[in-house]
Amino acid sequence: MSVPVEDLSFEQAFAELEHIVRILEEGSQPLADTLALYERGIRLARHCHKLLDEADLRIKQLVPNGLGGYDEEEFTGPLDSR
Amino acid sequence: MEMMQAWTVSDLTAHIKALILSDAQLRDVWIQGEVSNFVRYSSGHCYFSLKDAGATLSCVMWRSVADTLPTMPQNGEHVLAHGHINVYETRGVYQLYVDFIRPAGIGDLHAEFERLKARLEAEGLFAPERKRPLPRWPRRIGLVTSPHGAALRDIVRVIRSRFPNVELILAPTLVQGQDAPPQIVNALNALIEYGDVDVIVVARGGGSLEDLWAFNDERVARAIARSPIPVVSGVGHETDFTIADFVADLRAPTPSAAAAAVVPDGQDLRQRLRAYVARLVQQVHTSVEERRQRVRAEERALRMYSPQARIEVARQNVDHLTARLHHAVQHRMSFTRSRVEALSARLEALSPLRVLERGYAWVQRLDGTLITSVRQVEPGEHVWIRLHDGRLETWVVNKEEEP
Repeated sequence: MSVPVEDLSFEQAFAELEHIVRILEEGSQPLADTLALYERGIRLARHCHKLLDEADLRIKQLVPNGLGGYDEEEFTGPLDSR
Repeated sequence: MEMMQAWTVSDLTAHIKALILSDAQLRDVWIQGEVSNFVRYSSGHCYFSLKDAGATLSCVMWRSVADTLPTMPQNGEHVLAHGHINVYETRGVYQLYVDFIRPAGIGDLHAEFERLKARLEAEGLFAPERKRPLPRWPRRIGLVTSPHGAALRDIVRVIRSRFPNVELILAPTLVQGQDAPPQIVNALNALIEYGDVDVIVVARGGGSLEDLWAFNDERVARAIARSPIPVVSGVGHETDFTIADFVADLRAPTPSAAAAAVVPDGQDLRQRLRAYVARLVQQVHTSVEERRQRVRAEERALRMYSPQARIEVARQNVDHLTARLHHAVQHRMSFTRSRVEALSARLEALSPLRVLERGYAWVQRLDGTLITSVRQVEPGEHVWIRLHDGRLETWVVNKEEEP
């Protein structure tokens, strides 16, 4: 609960949000906890939306490095042609 | 007698077409026969018939397929063809739309395909229990396909629109021709060794049966089966099945469908996020409201026992007693007053003045002493005679004592 929301990956944030909603719905926790959970839940949801809005697909490709292994490079090939 | 409602030719033909299209078997047909009436138009499209001793089947082969053939089929040649059946309404014929054709008996791809499929199946490589679930939230997705193909474009487009919060690692490879199978195997292994990926998509866009043949290669099939990372195949179109499809953990009908299968749906996630927020708000509202009710109930209870309440009760008691006291005093007073009145009335009745009214009088010395006996005065003394409306001052002239 102490990890800042901004540091969570989408899947972590989403899973915690699901968890919080479940706790609140089962809930008989103290009011202060309810409010804290609520606040955290709203921030998680906002964070998830933000990640979905801002994320851009990163594309890399593997190229042989001549030593029997591979290197990772940015993929620069055309995608929107034709 | 009433006429039956007549079909139009178009309606009837459309009905027949719908019947044919609804039959899944007719979408994926292997057929052997003898070529006749083969014609290639200047457009490059080919028209011919396949026949045997008992029947004839009209066939169409588009230029895109014909162009991939090393040699055109010859009239009288026995061939193995693959395609789907559809109705050409304008001419009222059903025909085979050929996407693969080759001389029968020579290098029989179909038989090869069936033999390999049977062998791998017997080894258990297609078994449902071998299929692994795909990760729910992949972070890195490995992709085995051509860097120039339509499959890559489709996959990138689908992932961008659904869930762009991932990294796509392309292991480039040829996807058709003799060199394709070993390259596909290398690309797959490169991802497994290097790529740190959560799931691998093996993809190729649509093409003729021969174009897709690399995905029916045993080496490719075994590499997929060996992969410790779940593999999704998306090869060709909906109707194309390859050996790779059977071995993969999930067979997607197209590259786009494969992309959709490996990433969650962003729209769906947004909707769920909104639903979660709504539930959060509702929960907090409910929980605050519940507590408010409880506080109010306690407050009411508390108020009943408050000092203020006691003071109010005491005040009321005092008021009540005051009223009783007041009442009692009033009662007492009026009782007393009436007694006083009665007594005054009686007193008045007894007043000596009343006796004087009736004609009596009394005599007083000048100092006020009442004279009740002749012996108390001597002649020559001054006395008052009291009447009811005043008094007279007189001399005592004489006195006679009566026995």
